[in-house]
Amino acid sequence: MGREECEALAKRALSFATADETRITINSGGRGNTRFAVNQISTAGDNYDATVAVRSTTAKRSAVVNTNKLDDASLKAAVQLAERLAKLSPEDPEAMPELGPQAYVEGNGWSEATASLDPGARANAARSITEPSRAAGFVSTGYLETQAGATAIANSKGLFAYSKQTALSLTTTVRTQDGTGSGWAGGTSHDFTTLDPKDLGARAIDKAKRSVNPVAIEPGRYTTILEPTAVGNLIQFITNAMNARNADEGRSFFSKAGGGNKIGMKVVDERITISSDPLDPEAYANTFANDGQPISKTTWIENGVVKNLSYDRYWAQKQGKTPVPTSGTVRMSGGTATLDDLIASTDRGILVTRFWYLRPVDPRTILYTGLTRDGTFLIERGKITKAIKNFRFNESPIFMLNNIDAMGRAVRVSASEAGGPGLAIVVPPIKVRDFNFTSLSDAV
Amino acid sequence: MLAVDAARSAGAEYADVRISRNRVQSISTRERRVQGLSDNETFGFGVRTLVGGAWGFAASSDLTRDEVARIARQSVAQAKANRASLVKPVVLAPAPVTKDGTWRSPVKTDPFDIAIEDKVALLLAANEAALKVQGSRFVNSAMFFLREEKTYANSEGSFTVQTIYRASPTMTVTAVSPDFSDFQSRQSTDIAPMGRGYEHVVDAKLVENAPRWAEEAVQKLSAKPVEVGRYDLVLDPTHLGLTIHESIAHPTELDRVYGYEANYAGTSFVSPPEERLGKFRYGPEFMNIQGDRMQDGSLGAVGWDDEGVQPETFLIIKNGIVNDYQTTREQANWLDWWYKQQGKPTRSHGCSYAQSWADVQFQRMPNVSLLPGEKNLKWDDLIAATDRGIAIIGDGSFSIDQQRYNAQFGGQLFYEIKGGKITGMLKDVAYQMRTPEFWNAMDMIGGKDSYWLWGAFGDAKGQPTQANAVSHGCPPTRHRGINVINTGRKA
Repeated sequence: MGREECEALAKRALSFATADETRITINSGGRGNTRFAVNQISTAGDNYDATVAVRSTTAKRSAVVNTNKLDDASLKAAVQLAERLAKLSPEDPEAMPELGPQAYVEGNGWSEATASLDPGARANAARSITEPSRAAGFVSTGYLETQAGATAIANSKGLFAYSKQTALSLTTTVRTQDGTGSGWAGGTSHDFTTLDPKDLGARAIDKAKRSVNPVAIEPGRYTTILEPTAVGNLIQFITNAMNARNADEGRSFFSKAGGGNKIGMKVVDERITISSDPLDPEAYANTFANDGQPISKTTWIENGVVKNLSYDRYWAQKQGKTPVPTSGTVRMSGGTATLDDLIASTDRGILVTRFWYLRPVDPRTILYTGLTRDGTFLIERGKITKAIKNFRFNESPIFMLNNIDAMGRAVRVSASEAGGPGLAIVVPPIKVRDFNFTSLSDAV
Repeated sequence: MLAVDAARSAGAEYADVRISRNRVQSISTRERRVQGLSDNETFGFGVRTLVGGAWGFAASSDLTRDEVARIARQSVAQAKANRASLVKPVVLAPAPVTKDGTWRSPVKTDPFDIAIEDKVALLLAANEAALKVQGSRFVNSAMFFLREEKTYANSEGSFTVQTIYRASPTMTVTAVSPDFSDFQSRQSTDIAPMGRGYEHVVDAKLVENAPRWAEEAVQKLSAKPVEVGRYDLVLDPTHLGLTIHESIAHPTELDRVYGYEANYAGTSFVSPPEERLGKFRYGPEFMNIQGDRMQDGSLGAVGWDDEGVQPETFLIIKNGIVNDYQTTREQANWLDWWYKQQGKPTRSHGCSYAQSWADVQFQRMPNVSLLPGEKNLKWDDLIAATDRGIAIIGDGSFSIDQQRYNAQFGGQLFYEIKGGKITGMLKDVAYQMRTPEFWNAMDMIGGKDSYWLWGAFGDAKGQPTQANAVSHGCPPTRHRGINVINTGRKA
């Protein structure tokens, strides 16, 4: 939906409102996907939807109603239901007034090449992976998803925010016919022209070929090189945990012993800086938050020291701080080494392509468990010498970033386990000491 | 029928359409305030077509004659584009036609008929009850309700209308130590989500249970850290349901077995079927695993699945041996040889599901349950028979590899068992297992009186990820010599 269309729709919905304050959020867009399995397209889908969320607040009582019926009668019914539910809700002592008009930086996350990708073009992209895979005697499975949509927020105080964005991801897992080898490659971007499906397929085929008949080595603490995707898999757990209120309440890694939070404290290696910038050309994201707050560049960790935690408007006011909204993008600083340099400098270590089934184990330390998958190798005397069986690990990205040996150049990765576009993440490959692998897995 | 006709005239050899209206209400609170209150509705339709053995699917929220015809044609065009890479055409197993079917979840009270203020008052009263317990600092509670009105029709003449309900009341109490050196939470895992109405919320007795959950959260602060080693585990149904879900229900999904989910959910060690069916020992002789979509109040219960098939009850594991897989119409044919060998018809088990009108249906798990043992043993009998072990209550952290071999599970409450008695609380416990060894290490099982229905509300599978809701019934079990780790690392 275009800006004018959203403005008109929001105006129409607000015209039915009688509450003290009303916020209208409009999400509209199309989503297309093509799945392939066993070297052929298995399913695909295209859908378009537009939803209106009405948030009504009267005397600090709020409720939200969502609908995807946009005619006058349905919109009016949604507004009336939100107002009725709000009145039935108790007063919220933490209610914050709606924001007035804000100034926003225009986002850059729209690509016509992505928005115009139709099922035929998606099928062609899939075929540029399935055909070489079949020709080489491998079995490819994968997923291409495109999103093209707009978000608009308008409220009864005159705030209006609008952005349109595209996103896509392409991932593939290529396995050997006998199931003894498996390789993965994936990419994500807002712009389809920056992805090369054929190259991506070739990388997965190469990894599948090299990963056959893995040997078991003892679980334990190893020097480990994590490819950028594996780093991206873990790094988002740090930014997810950077909530000031949880820290101040004593239920977070970022809680300080004795009370308060860890802002100003060094928590990881001084070479590490983690930030979010919605205008990052490698990882565009929305320039406003769900409540209409503008989002600008935020540094979360600078040279190993906690610089910011996220503060919602209520908690910021209570603590006398400036609100810091969360962001849809994360960048971690890197170095200049290539992945080959990291391997060449390693006497004995493990190379990890990506992680799988990551779940929190202990929020006190951001300790997670999960497994390696689709390309795990032993490095000896600076060279990859053999494919090894997958490991389960129990490790915290915080511990990991305190054990850094070296880092490569940061790149955009597809780090969502489900293979969708997910959070826009730019991270380097890293080499760390003592990564804690706790058991072996027979899974290929 | 307009969509089905439009698809047929555009060249589809088979077409089905789902029209659904999903209403979802959720209320979330923390301590003495309502954090969120929302009431959402989404309405639309999706058309799936089969052209030359390839699938197409398109969906829209605009249910007008023109749009329905356009979406049907789009679905066919997409199937034609997908046909270009075809290796093995889709062939549907036969299914009886249901001309005019209606089904409704066994609901006593429609949750949408209950006043919001009553729901809010109940949650805030439960929070208050939890906060009265010394040491309990934070409490979150919530209610979630779904009503899905789903109409289905296909080109073979089936037409069904169903109303499906789900209800999930939840609570989490967090205790923080006075010096901020530790915090521990207790989730209300003894209340499962169910395919019931508001009566499930009433039966959950949140206000009455809240003080116990709070006390348990506080007790966890001073619990003894577990010593690593091998222990006999006695697992409560509130815990075991998740282990069944991950280590039995997922690996017996037939699409995974054939590699269709290799890029995300993974494949399966219960593969290939020729070497597993009738041959592979999953567990002891007394282990029987049932697939169904009809247990009373279960999340998986429906009258017909999302391709019009009336589900049947089937044994996935029979007397410890792999006996069957979860199937759709497309997949049932893949096991034709086995069904013929067994003297059974080749038919879908009714495991087709889509989370909404906007998503294409595919194979999803039904309720997958461990049937109770013949002796009517109870939890206390299993504890009394255990010399050195750990009893685990409630599900916690969980992770399993992409072929479902290596898993790690935490829990809510852990108790040390010595000499047949519970001697104290433990913390930082997780067990690591290899699926076949874990189930073959099961040497005791509870009886029918200790059978309980656990529920998974947001089971993820597929790309794009779709959430499914299923129940897993089971009695308590005992497993010998399982590897236990301590998760309380400090650096």
